[in-house]
Amino acid sequence: MMQWLAMGGYWMYVWPSYLLTFLVLVLNVGFAQRSAQRARQEALRRTQSAAAQQGRS
Amino acid sequence: MDWTWFHRFGSPPHFYRIAGTLIPWFAWLAALCGLAGLIGGLGLAPPDYQQGDGYRIIYVHVPAAVLSTMAYAAMATAAGVGLIWRMNVAHAVAASCAAIGASFTFLALVTGSLWGRPMWGTYWEWDPRLTSELVMLFLYLGYMGLRGAIDDTARADRASAVLALVGVINLPIIHYSVDWWNSLHQGHTLLKFAKPSMPPSMLVPLLLLMLGFVLYFAAIVLVRARGEVLRRERNARWIAELLGAPS
Amino acid sequence: MKVPSAAVVSPGKAGWRLVQRDLRLGFRRPGEWLQPLVFFLVVTTLFPLATSPELSRLRDMAPGALWVAALLSSLLALELLFREDGQDGTLEQLAVSGLPLPWLLLAKTCVHWLLTGLPLVLAGPLVATALGAPYASIPGVFAALLLGSSALSLIGAVGAALTLGLRRGGVLLALLVLPLAVPVLIFGARATSLAMAQDPMTAPMYLLGAIAVLSATLAPLAAAAAVRISLE
Repeated sequence: MMQWLAMGGYWMYVWPSYLLTFLVLVLNVGFAQRSAQRARQEALRRTQSAAAQQGRS
Repeated sequence: MDWTWFHRFGSPPHFYRIAGTLIPWFAWLAALCGLAGLIGGLGLAPPDYQQGDGYRIIYVHVPAAVLSTMAYAAMATAAGVGLIWRMNVAHAVAASCAAIGASFTFLALVTGSLWGRPMWGTYWEWDPRLTSELVMLFLYLGYMGLRGAIDDTARADRASAVLALVGVINLPIIHYSVDWWNSLHQGHTLLKFAKPSMPPSMLVPLLLLMLGFVLYFAAIVLVRARGEVLRRERNARWIAELLGAPS
Repeated sequence: MKVPSAAVVSPGKAGWRLVQRDLRLGFRRPGEWLQPLVFFLVVTTLFPLATSPELSRLRDMAPGALWVAALLSSLLALELLFREDGQDGTLEQLAVSGLPLPWLLLAKTCVHWLLTGLPLVLAGPLVATALGAPYASIPGVFAALLLGSSALSLIGAVGAALTLGLRRGGVLLALLVLPLAVPVLIFGARATSLAMAQDPMTAPMYLLGAIAVLSATLAPLAAAAAVRISLE
């Protein structure tokens, strides 16, 4: 196990690469979902105000 | 040829719905391929004759690099379609590719740098492939900067589309830089179908991870694109119906 | 809605008239157009001040310093290309005139280069000798700058068109144009260093020439598309 973690002496380069990759992938999921959710909320707000205006007019 | 499928994709409610069904499939398949590739790459594949276990960075570096150019190609294509056919859905897709493409480019540069340090002795080298990849990062940032600076969405879509198309010239430079110049970077290994230079035990995890990254990219783009499509839609009816609000 | 073509003038004649107009306007305010040249001279002076006045070391970095300064100066100059005409509506008139907009923008870019790029091309070899270049290298430096600065003006025109009328467009313009200008920088500096070493500089010159020709044909098209988008 320790040998695997040591990656033949290259652990300083291999593991940061993998960790950074994982971080980037996770962050992108978070940002994408947040952007989509915000768009959904704005769109709902827009349609509700539009419907209210139509109801009034 | 019947082009109705093309124009159906261009219809925002259709796109929204289809993307919604595709996203979980892409996401789960991406996770599966990624896991399989990781197990193969970090566990099963043997150490390299020259580079020992250090070569395993390839399993994240190459997919990131390939996706960085693929994302730009997708962005430019979507931008072109949006510009020519005036399709909002296409512009939405183009906008969605930028952040993830820039992330992959950054990742490719950093993992490449970490790989270069033990193997070439240096964190960075101003050779053609690395330089053109860095230029592509700047192109992505410029694209996002231009979008952010223009308030009107329609003008932002079309201006950034022109920019994306102009920047396409960088893609063949990146790809062929290892052919045209004496580059420090590795030459073509994967696209030589006749005689692949990697043994299957090393190659298969790499292909799995590349597939995983592609599926992941597709999922992320579709998630963002659904939001972008909503932002560009004026017709409230389908939004209210689809999102279940009282209309 | 497409405005019916009201052009009673041929594109060639219209282009020539535009060139004459822009030149006349440019000469009316020479100070504005000389600023990029002054900037170029100041920036190249900064290099020996910041590093070392030793001629042998200056000679090593002269190509790079020269081309970075030229690039930055041309970026500064780009503000002048469409600003006036964009604000007072001339650009819009050109766009709806029925004349080919890429051709008209090419004419404007040519005048812009004459007023801002050509001074750099003329001053460049002098600056290079001040940074240690041998006199025999002057023709080579001149030729490389001629091709490179033309390409920079053309590529820059696309960026200027895209950022037309945007607040703080200057910084964004730099961000957009710099990545596209990198090949010009690389090959221009390479050509200059070969010229200074008295070696044959054909390879980078061919590439610079190719970039210049490519920009001359494609940049006006992209710039015209960008202008129409920015004016909507």
